[in-house]
Amino acid sequence: MPGVATILMEGTFQTSPYAPGSLITVASLSVAETSSILSTTAKLAAMPAAEKATLLAGRRIALLFYESSTRTRTSFELAAKSLGATTTLVSDKSSSIEKGESLKDTGLTLRALGAECIILRHNAGGAPFVLARTTGLPVLNAGDGMHQHPSQALLDLRTILTRLGLDATRVDETSLKGVTVTITGDIRHSRVARSNAMLLPRLGAKVLLCGPPELLPEEALTLGEGVEIVRDFDTALRRSQVAMMLRIQRERLAGLELDLTEYTTNYQLNEDRLARCAPKALVMHPGPMIRGLEIQGEVADGPNSAIEDQVGHGLAVRAALLVRALGVEL
Amino acid sequence: MSELLILNGRLVDPAAGIDEPRDLLVREGRVVAVETPGAFAAVEAAETIDAAGCIVAPGFVDVHVHLREPGQTWKESIATGTAAAAAGGFTTVVAMPNTVPVNDTAESLRWMLDPARGSQVNLFAMPAATLGSMGVTLSDYATLAAAGAVGFTDDGKPVLEDHVMRAALLTSGRLGLVVSQHAEDTRLTGGCSMNHGAVAFRLGLRGMTVEAETRIVERDIRLLREIEAEDGVRGRLHVQHVSTARAMDAIRAAKADGLHVTCEVAPHHFTLTDEAIGDFNTNAKMNPPLRIESDRLAMIAALLDGTVDCIATDHAPHARHEKEVEFERAPNGITGLETALGLALRVLHREHGMSLTRVVELMSANPARIVKLGGRGALSPGSYADLAIFDAGAEWNYAAAASKSNSKNSPFDGAPMLGQVRATVVGGRVVFRG
Ligand SMILES: [Zn+2]
Repeated sequence: MPGVATILMEGTFQTSPYAPGSLITVASLSVAETSSILSTTAKLAAMPAAEKATLLAGRRIALLFYESSTRTRTSFELAAKSLGATTTLVSDKSSSIEKGESLKDTGLTLRALGAECIILRHNAGGAPFVLARTTGLPVLNAGDGMHQHPSQALLDLRTILTRLGLDATRVDETSLKGVTVTITGDIRHSRVARSNAMLLPRLGAKVLLCGPPELLPEEALTLGEGVEIVRDFDTALRRSQVAMMLRIQRERLAGLELDLTEYTTNYQLNEDRLARCAPKALVMHPGPMIRGLEIQGEVADGPNSAIEDQVGHGLAVRAALLVRALGVEL
Repeated sequence: MSELLILNGRLVDPAAGIDEPRDLLVREGRVVAVETPGAFAAVEAAETIDAAGCIVAPGFVDVHVHLREPGQTWKESIATGTAAAAAGGFTTVVAMPNTVPVNDTAESLRWMLDPARGSQVNLFAMPAATLGSMGVTLSDYATLAAAGAVGFTDDGKPVLEDHVMRAALLTSGRLGLVVSQHAEDTRLTGGCSMNHGAVAFRLGLRGMTVEAETRIVERDIRLLREIEAEDGVRGRLHVQHVSTARAMDAIRAAKADGLHVTCEVAPHHFTLTDEAIGDFNTNAKMNPPLRIESDRLAMIAALLDGTVDCIATDHAPHARHEKEVEFERAPNGITGLETALGLALRVLHREHGMSLTRVVELMSANPARIVKLGGRGALSPGSYADLAIFDAGAEWNYAAAASKSNSKNSPFDGAPMLGQVRATVVGGRVVFRG
């Protein structure tokens, strides 16, 4: 009788609203919103730099980082600056966070100092919800624990659309029809995998998850519509137009034993495997890469690789998210 | 002589097998007579409660509450927690020992039970099963029992080591008291903040497996068998807040084998599943965690078939600021005293057809028996005049902000309830009117 639990639960969520320009999880991102973000991204990409730099002139954006990050932090920071915004970086290494200040209080302080939007990277899943609910400010999730990394999924989407020659200015439920994306590696600990496995199927893509049971439990099947687990990497690759590789997050393994030699044999994307199984497939990696482990250096640098494109699209998509967060109409 | 009359109500007294209109006469804190309506027309009592349209039941007994005093009175105090108890129809509560400091001596036990603490209802306590609840050395059970202990527990933590739990069951068994076990193999739950499964995977949180609960329950049952065979002592195991179908199956089998095993289920475990965590709602975080739908239904089945002995709230208050943090950092526990009846009637009685008598039994007679409270949990003449008078048909929505508890951390804020307490009587004294 699932109805009973549902009735009782309706009034039970911590439902305090948060600012509409927030992006915390792709779970709450509709196809229409996804499309609108892509369209903003395309407009910004086509805009002269000087014009772009006026869009958020004088606006204040805080970057709050509880976890080290080079790629995402720099990407958000450069995106904000390209729009003319002022940024402040607060990291847990150099602030009152070290003295035990709560996330709520840190957020309220940033708000009092004039921050209009907070970009948060946090090692605890769900932290952006706490920040968004307690500050009322738009919060952009730059990665929270093993939960979500929505801007990564959006930049991956733009990369796929662009490299496959599809329309990258808008999407609907069928935009990725006929496209199979295999995500391989440490799915269990990956917020990137969660975000992509939720987002891509909604746009018509088939998502295959690949990896050993320790890193890819059966529960992963529930992430998105039609998601499949394919344990054999070659089989998955043969069906794929896109191969998305993930690193093993050793810092999160927590006692899990993994034979890396065996892993590399079974799951590394190398030139031989790519040539045999999916010579035309697009190769993606959210970084940081461990060359020689999940991906061979030659493949990362090879013609199939879209890894550098991903970085470029990251800047563009994040600029669009900032424009959206601060309510600027283009 | 102070007299109290409770007139025109429907008496539900499972211990006496009564579910009939009855009037009650109370004198000097005891029930002195239970008669058909109108029998006391000539009695002029100092106080009268008109219970028309209401159920008159033995006051509820909660064998599992955290009152946070001494040491954490910003969360709750004995006075505020027992006020919440009274509002929920509870007339007796059993305080857990995980206070600061841990209640593990006769001295701390007496301090807690002292009327100066301002308890609004009958207060009993289970002191720590081991010193400091560290799981190493048994506390002094005989001395504690003499000082009023009604059982022993390290709740919040399990008694993990086999030989320590064996000694606890043996020593308490000789005294005829229960060891109340928080069944969680903490060697399997490090870093976990919710149930293991699809929802945890989606949220990227580490989950507690079913095995973490069942391993301790099965181990404890094995120890009971062992001490009965080897030491000739009948141990008494009470399993707290059972949350998984498999642990319940183990308990059902042990009972069928004639072992002295009792167990409780908390209202949130028969009401909610881990889906209630939604977007990291810390008010749905407790330990044991909310499980999946099949576990929830198994709790209900066991409540219906008699495997479950009692409902216990595991009332575990935490201040708002403590819950307004990252999910993994938030403390475990929710308040429960004011929502137990409303949830039991809605889910068990209305949705699953449980009789009112069985609901009342699970909340009064049975828990009183587990901790051996003579004269409580029943309303026959001579019993303590502890009563819960409630309108079983009243529909209302719980408002956490109006709670009498110091803490408002309930996942049921705004949720519909069935059955509302109109009066709570403790020892012949009205302590709550709603
Ligand atoms: Zn417990």
